[in-house]
Amino acid sequence: MTDPNVIIWLHNLNALTGGLFLLVLFGLVSVRQVGGCVRLFIALSLLLAASAFLLSAIYHTWHLSVVGVVDIATKVIAIPLLLRRVLPDEVYTRREVAQVLNIPTALLTALLLAIVAYLLSKPLMAVGDGIAIGVNLPIGLSGLLIGGLTAAVRREAVPLFLGLLAMENSAFFAGIGVAPEMPLIAEVSIAFDVLILVFVVGVLTRAVHEHIGTTEVGTLTALKEEPER
Amino acid sequence: MSLLAIPLLPLAAVLFSLVPLGKRVAPAVTLIAAAGALALAVTNSLRVVAEQHVVVVAGWVELDGLSAILLLLNTFISAMAALFSWGYIAAHQREERRIRSYYAHFNLFTFSMALVPVLFQPAFVWIAIEFTAVFSVLLVAFENTHAALEAAWKYIALMFTGAAIALLGFFILFWAQQKVGAGHYSWSGLVMVAPQMSPVLVIAAFVFILVGFGVKVGFVPMHTWLPDAHSQAPAPVCALLSGVKTTNALYVILRLAQLLPIGRVNLWMQVIGLVSVGVASFLLLQVRDYKRLFAFSTVEHMGIIFIAAGLGARGGSYGAMLQMVSHSLTKSFCFFAAGAALLVLGTREIASVRGLIRTSPTAGAALLFGALAIGGAPPFAVFLSEFSIFRAGLERGDYVVTALLAIFITVAFFGILLHVNRMVFGQPPEKPSTHAALPFTCVLTLILAAIPILVFGVYQPAKLHELVALAAANISQAPSP
Repeated sequence: MTDPNVIIWLHNLNALTGGLFLLVLFGLVSVRQVGGCVRLFIALSLLLAASAFLLSAIYHTWHLSVVGVVDIATKVIAIPLLLRRVLPDEVYTRREVAQVLNIPTALLTALLLAIVAYLLSKPLMAVGDGIAIGVNLPIGLSGLLIGGLTAAVRREAVPLFLGLLAMENSAFFAGIGVAPEMPLIAEVSIAFDVLILVFVVGVLTRAVHEHIGTTEVGTLTALKEEPER
Repeated sequence: MSLLAIPLLPLAAVLFSLVPLGKRVAPAVTLIAAAGALALAVTNSLRVVAEQHVVVVAGWVELDGLSAILLLLNTFISAMAALFSWGYIAAHQREERRIRSYYAHFNLFTFSMALVPVLFQPAFVWIAIEFTAVFSVLLVAFENTHAALEAAWKYIALMFTGAAIALLGFFILFWAQQKVGAGHYSWSGLVMVAPQMSPVLVIAAFVFILVGFGVKVGFVPMHTWLPDAHSQAPAPVCALLSGVKTTNALYVILRLAQLLPIGRVNLWMQVIGLVSVGVASFLLLQVRDYKRLFAFSTVEHMGIIFIAAGLGARGGSYGAMLQMVSHSLTKSFCFFAAGAALLVLGTREIASVRGLIRTSPTAGAALLFGALAIGGAPPFAVFLSEFSIFRAGLERGDYVVTALLAIFITVAFFGILLHVNRMVFGQPPEKPSTHAALPFTCVLTLILAAIPILVFGVYQPAKLHELVALAAANISQAPSP
């Protein structure tokens, strides 16, 4: 592993992973099929795991490979299965017809957010001393913003929630770059916590589906302050 | 070691709630666990007063003045909410399965809140805060109405957005500490290395966590979920959400503010706080639902605490801590009173309620007491803490901030009293609606929860004063190098 050529090669691969990660995020903003969003989220989690494995080789810490394995176990396998189990099939075949923003506008906004994220992470990258930080931090930060955008433009429960999970994935993507030595028990507990969250959200979505008869949570706007009549 | 037992007690109660043993067992076990946790919290806090800092597992499980205060508030309000739930839930739900499910979630929720102050490793505090949100979602949705489900969705979506943003902040904080290469990644370890940490990284971490957890605290403009969730949940849950859950998130932000050199973020803290207080106090005027009224008042009070902490120095920090205590005690009482009113009236709408004091003297008097106390009228606890904040502001010469704060608090006072006055006095409707008598445990909760509000308004026990002073020292920022 000490061969500098190998290290450079690993860095290049990590940069490629980062690029693909960003690409998948753009997909998540624009894909309309609910099932397609789930597949994109799985791809996003796989790329996160790939980056964890590469960084584990670059930084020589076995910690991160465990993080990668836990990530695959929870986000690639358990979360999609859990969502399938808890939610009715009908939800998966939905197509979102009307988003809050149309697709080109949403993509342009996402592009803008990616640029903002890069500018924001510049002063932080100046403090850091690794090439990996230069890849993972700006891309993770863009993911945080784009995931938020996804959640904001979606009305259907599952894609909206996947946008939020993408935010968490992105925070991790940046996190493994800047803090590879984070105690393993913390990272594993966070993954476990997200698993519980997915379960709870699944139960809640099912309750919404049963009692209100829709999973378009974006259209629920009964609660607000209205002037007295 | 008794510190570790505090979160374990409610966790054990979760198991009992899951076993089908009849309608009475789950509430009884919950109440016993909550009372036990409160007793242990008191003994541990007394140890903190004597020794300043209790360490169980260095870097992981510790207790200092600030966390002792939060622990006391968490356990006290959990115990009160457990007592109130007994009668309230029995009056609302007859089905045993649903009752047990309520108590299982209730105990998980109080378990997660007992974890927040005793854990000292920031990443684990993030997890504990996240647990407080995850375990309370289904409590918010408990009534399964259209409005409750909508509120629960908004709640969890915003909670998780905040958590993801804050998570990146915690990673950056760890990075900053690792670069120094000394000390633990724990609250006390971070304070020790604070002067050597890269300011850019600490400020970046602070901003991410301020935005992320600011959502959970309910700072304007990230407060939109708060009135929904805090009005739709069952009353005892509202008391926990408004009384202590928001305070738990604020606690983390205050912990971090202490890592920054003085003068760095104080102005931001004052501005963010003032915006919250100002917007909330005017929104208070136009609510139509009395539970939302108290929810907006929470946004206002979170702002007040943040302003006080932003004033810096000992006076401001002391006021912030005192305000934290008095707000939690008073706001939970307000929601108990609102819950009692809801039991009697069956409606949340302010406009359809008149003459509550005649229909139900207990609920009416409690609501009026709560409104006066939370508005900041003397001789209640909030008056004393708000007064100490004004004094700190004037002593430091922050006249503009203090004056604006005073104006907003006055507006909020009139807003709250305007609505509550209408409900409590006046002629009750011709045909009084079918009003149930208040369950015994609810009345008992109202009496017990009112005692500290009255006592701390006129007399401050020496031990409490010492604890508040210790906590104030914990959030005072490091002087600039």
